Amino acid sequence: MTERPQPSGQVTGMPAGAADDVTEASVAVAGRRGAHGKDLMHEVEAGTTERHRASLRKKRRRDNMHGYIFMAPQLIGLLGFMIGPLVFAVILAFMKWDGFGSRQFVGFSNFKTVVTTEQFRQSAINTAWFTMLQVPTLMISAFIFAFLLQKTGRMKNFYRACFFAPQVTATVAVSVIWLWLLNPDISPLTGWLKAVGLVTPNWLQDPTFVIPAVVMVSVWQGLGYQVVMFMAGLENVPASMMEAAAIDGASEFQKMMRITIPLISPTILFLSITSIIGSFQVFDYIFVFFDTTAPSFGRTIVYEIVQTAFREFNFGVGAALALLLFLALLALTGLQLLAQKKWVFYTE
Amino acid sequence: MSTATADVVDVETPQRKSRQHHRPITPAVVIIQIFMAIASVAMALPFLWMFFSSFKPLGEIFMQPPKLLPMDWQPQNYTEAFDQASAGGVWWKSGFPRAFWNSFYIASVVTLGTLLTSAMAAYAFARIRFTGNGFWFMLFLATMMVPAQLTIIPLYIIMGQLHWVDTHLPLIVPPILFNAFGVFLLRQYVRGIPIELEEAAQIDGASRFRIFTGMILPLLRSPMVALGIFTFLGQWNNFFYPLIFLNSSETFTLPLLVNQFKGAYSSNWAGIMAASTITALPLLIVFIFAQRQIVEGIALSGSKT
Repeated sequence: MTERPQPSGQVTGMPAGAADDVTEASVAVAGRRGAHGKDLMHEVEAGTTERHRASLRKKRRRDNMHGYIFMAPQLIGLLGFMIGPLVFAVILAFMKWDGFGSRQFVGFSNFKTVVTTEQFRQSAINTAWFTMLQVPTLMISAFIFAFLLQKTGRMKNFYRACFFAPQVTATVAVSVIWLWLLNPDISPLTGWLKAVGLVTPNWLQDPTFVIPAVVMVSVWQGLGYQVVMFMAGLENVPASMMEAAAIDGASEFQKMMRITIPLISPTILFLSITSIIGSFQVFDYIFVFFDTTAPSFGRTIVYEIVQTAFREFNFGVGAALALLLFLALLALTGLQLLAQKKWVFYTE
Repeated sequence: MSTATADVVDVETPQRKSRQHHRPITPAVVIIQIFMAIASVAMALPFLWMFFSSFKPLGEIFMQPPKLLPMDWQPQNYTEAFDQASAGGVWWKSGFPRAFWNSFYIASVVTLGTLLTSAMAAYAFARIRFTGNGFWFMLFLATMMVPAQLTIIPLYIIMGQLHWVDTHLPLIVPPILFNAFGVFLLRQYVRGIPIELEEAAQIDGASRFRIFTGMILPLLRSPMVALGIFTFLGQWNNFFYPLIFLNSSETFTLPLLVNQFKGAYSSNWAGIMAASTITALPLLIVFIFAQRQIVEGIALSGSKT
């Protein structure tokens, strides 16, 4: 931007600390824009005297102090409730411990238990199946509803409120309502479906239908958030671009594929990353539906973590399960971030 | 290129104007309106079912074919549920009123606390050049990926060591002292505040703390309202942490008590629906009044992150 403020000659003869100050200030001048940088530059240009260097040093010390005072509460939280427990969890995954007796390092034996336990494998499959059903259903239906909502004029706010209401409702309340609606003996749905000639499955008892039932409930609850996000994305698609395409004779389908979807691709990526992470952690619905006695075909990874760690107090295996879940999520997110170059389109 | 654009503008302007004035009612629009109306009712139906069922006598609840509205309104379902949940104790000291209070005060304290600490850290990250600024910020961002299930086991052990299990402290202290999303969101907004304002205040001799409380906090009002609403919602509805950390029913929050009630009185569907109504209704009412703020806040936070 501007010429670097006379570094070399000055720096050589100075004590190490002062040299640090000048180099850092000049880096700041080179690297930063705006008034803050300008302000520093003035200081550096004039800062050939010892007095100015001292004041710079003082400012830096003060900034450090202020920075850490303002950071203190969150920094304590970061270290005490996130980094600390994270490290502890990794160590736990290699230990055998029930929280009371002696701790014992057992190498990879916890991971071996995780991989070889039949039920854990089944639960992993259930979780993957849930994600495969839920994420596309949720995203596609949310996109369609958001797209249609845009065309509803004055009614838009009312419809949007209906879609969003389940989002502000406690998952427990939602699960309890659906526990009733999914019970074919007492559900009002049974009567309505019978009226149109359909038989309601025994959603929560039939192995084939448990996961789809949970998908249905979670889509019902999660739809509002995604609709709102897609609507925000769609509002940023410039009308002029759509009109230009219309004049060039583009069909609705072409406009969708060539303009709308590329322009909202960052939203799609964001929602796909966050909803895959969310769906891998599905737990609340299942716990409310089945309490501690979920059938094999209805259990998920997080359900297993809770059961293993907090029912059986097998902290080591629980931590190993959770660590594997984390690694799977990291890998999936990493893959999506790598693949984004091929399809995500950033306007800036 | 420029002529083409000019053409488009010339041709489009009058057309767009007329469209804005009287939007033509095409068959497509009618179909969309009908479809969205049906979909909206379908979305709202489970709530209506919950609400009206909570006033039905048991006989009506299982009636086939089902009727949405109760024929015989029974508000006493609520008082009965209160009595059952309090297990013989004084009704306002235990059971639902107690759980309601627990949920309310935990969510309020966490919301106020996390807003303050997040804004402080956000200000430091955005405006103070302290050693390690970039490093700590990356660390905050990276932790957003960590699932709660990974840290819950060590947290449980730590809380056990502190004798905090079965108290509200594990639900209050960690979310106040650590909120990576809040820090990140508010930092984006602090960066949007013109630095000249702060420099002017500095020249006038205002300290950092004076600038923070007198200038930054008031300017962060709207993102903090949005963040406050999300935090309150999340805390009020939280199930996972209370489930792990609380054992005795007088410490229970509403979602936990509803879950326990459902297990204990599994055939009293009217009572169960009354319990879920108590949990869901306050936030639904808040949502109806603050709809715009909530929805726009969510859209905004999504675009900021």
